[in-house]
Amino acid sequence: MNGLLVLIPIALSLGLLGLGAFFWSLGRGQFDDMDGAALRILIDDEADVPKVLP
Amino acid sequence: MTVMTRLVPETPLIERDFSVPDIRCAGCISKLEQGLVRDARIKVARVNFTEKRVHLSCTADADMPDLLGAFTSLGFEAHPIGEGPAEVDADAASSRALLRAVAVSGFAMMNIMLLSVSVWSGATGVTRDLFHWLSAMIALPTIAYAGQPFFRSAWRAVRHGHTNMDVPISIGVTLATALSLYETATHGAHAYFDSAVMLLFFLLCGRWLDSVMRDRARGGVTALLRNMGTGAMVVQPDGNTHWVDATALQPGMVMLVAAGERLAADGVIVQGATRMDLSLLTGESAPLPSGIDDPVHAGTLNLESPVRVRVTAAGTDTAIADIARLMGEASQGKSRYVRIADRAARLYAPAVHALALLAFAGWMLAGAGWHDALLIAVAVLIITCPCALGLAVPAAQIVAAGALMKRGVLIKDGSALERMAEVDRALIDKTGTLTLGRPVASNLGEIASEYHPVLLAMAQMSRHPLSTALTRDLGAMGVHAAMIDEAQETPGFGVAAVWHGRAVTLGRPQGIDTSSELATELSLDGTPVATIRFADALRPDALEAISALQALGVDAMILSGDRTAAVAPVARTLGLTALTGLSPQDKLSAIGRQTASGHKVLMIGDGLNDGPALAAGHASMAPGSASDVGKNASDCIFLGDRLMPVADTIRMARQTQAVVRQNFMLAIGYNVIAVPLAFAGIVTPLIAAIAMSGSSLIVVGNALRLKRTLT
Repeated sequence: MNGLLVLIPIALSLGLLGLGAFFWSLGRGQFDDMDGAALRILIDDEADVPKVLP
Repeated sequence: MTVMTRLVPETPLIERDFSVPDIRCAGCISKLEQGLVRDARIKVARVNFTEKRVHLSCTADADMPDLLGAFTSLGFEAHPIGEGPAEVDADAASSRALLRAVAVSGFAMMNIMLLSVSVWSGATGVTRDLFHWLSAMIALPTIAYAGQPFFRSAWRAVRHGHTNMDVPISIGVTLATALSLYETATHGAHAYFDSAVMLLFFLLCGRWLDSVMRDRARGGVTALLRNMGTGAMVVQPDGNTHWVDATALQPGMVMLVAAGERLAADGVIVQGATRMDLSLLTGESAPLPSGIDDPVHAGTLNLESPVRVRVTAAGTDTAIADIARLMGEASQGKSRYVRIADRAARLYAPAVHALALLAFAGWMLAGAGWHDALLIAVAVLIITCPCALGLAVPAAQIVAAGALMKRGVLIKDGSALERMAEVDRALIDKTGTLTLGRPVASNLGEIASEYHPVLLAMAQMSRHPLSTALTRDLGAMGVHAAMIDEAQETPGFGVAAVWHGRAVTLGRPQGIDTSSELATELSLDGTPVATIRFADALRPDALEAISALQALGVDAMILSGDRTAAVAPVARTLGLTALTGLSPQDKLSAIGRQTASGHKVLMIGDGLNDGPALAAGHASMAPGSASDVGKNASDCIFLGDRLMPVADTIRMARQTQAVVRQNFMLAIGYNVIAVPLAFAGIVTPLIAAIAMSGSSLIVVGNALRLKRTLT
């Protein structure tokens, strides 16, 4: 019973964290372009990466 | 190491959206995003692949033609998109609010279910009370938030004195919650929090699917609307030209209209002479020669040479306004159509109310206390609540719309799919619908193939409509362009260049009479060597598509605004009867006659003149090349050169209706089993939860079968 008092709030807050993350990503427009997001992984970033030589 | 910081004076940036239909792959995304910002005036470019759009932030001195030029230099065709109507934004916002509600109720459902499972598996005493209280604390705010769409719509219905599906839902959820609270407070054994929230979750899923479908189609349609946000180069008093958006055009302004450009407003030609393509306006396939003082209309295409046009009417005053008025009248019939889910609700909602009342009254008479009787009545309400029904229609329709979208058909909403399934007569426009609606080189086979590479090279130099047609047709034949030098385009004449040291020109034919047909001529050192003729051609699979329609029991007929002489060969080839020389009003009355004789008419057309007919048809389709009016007025849009998608859509729509009916039968069958149990008072929250999720899964699974219909 004492275990429950600790575990239930943990379970609930973890769930709330997930819900909050979903709302955050929705507000940031991460779901606006679902097909594009799948393709962007294939793009090689052509921006010049400064070469760090040893 | 030095860090250079450049302080750029803050100039206000202008945000503009462009539709780029040719974005197809990851390469296109990176090409556009990295290529566009090389223009110093474009600060940010962001591609939205799903909607085939590009969002630009640019400085104020970047004119529209420059921006479009930036796209062209990367090899993409872009169309500016204006500010969307407010109604569209409201739709997008409501679908986002629905998604939030789905997320909240989903989260709550999972957590309450976690607690409920412990109760069902034997928690008693203080633990059970604790879990019930926790469930209540999760459920109450959830229902207050996620239940709003239902409560609001139910309240609207009740206030106007009728009932819809949302009334039993709202009553069921509210009663179940109130009763569960009472049970919890009195240490009762059963609380229905999980059922109430689960009910909301499944129903919200259905609503959300419905709105996603509309959003997706709308995204596709806006990407196709070309005239939105267009404009013209306007000649200033000081002789300079600058870009003016179509909405800001005023009568009296003088527009410079290049060859291959569509007019943004009605006007009169004040300088130059050209030929105009009226096919989108009247269906007339032969281009109309226009000179000084000739009136020209918004939406027509300048085919030949640049002209200056003085604006006489802009915006809502244009000739299109007349057609818009006809369309308004014509579309009233369509708004009377009642969707199948609503028709079911009309029968179902009163039945649900009656059953629940009957259960309550019956148990009261049988001597049970009001508490037990109410508990049973709530169980009946929850069991009969149309969980599966609410999912049955949208799930089937979104699967069908997704399958059709893969084949290049955009469905505007679910009701379009329902109406499409009922049609038994197709009335088809000729120009642009049965035919491709663009010039196609008709005699390339007769021209010596040694000239093909140089023809392609010359045609690629120009954006003239005939050059574009030539480029496409030669490209399709697998011709590779020859090397040419010193290419130069003269507006109104053509392209001149040097090929293997010889002067070569591609342009307006000399000498022969060309007033009746479109042609272009290739000359070497001033001697004509080949004349390429252009004509509008039938869609490649028109004949198969018409016979596929007939196989589906849909008889077709041609309604054309074109001359009889132009329609007759098409009608003969396809074996169809035709009405010719029709005005928009005539097309409307032709549909009226068919409707009056009991037919459900599918109108297929593309032009402005088809607008009223498209709005009046029981269902309507337009090709992707149609005028904006045509695309807006129709229920479905099919992309590409093939006509077969029309038959595919009808077949898919019918299959969808069949699945929807099966789903209804499944939902009713489930009620036939579950309602007597609820009446008998042996439905516990556990049984309700299993029944509800089980029936929803079956309905969704059945809808998924539609994916395989067209393969």
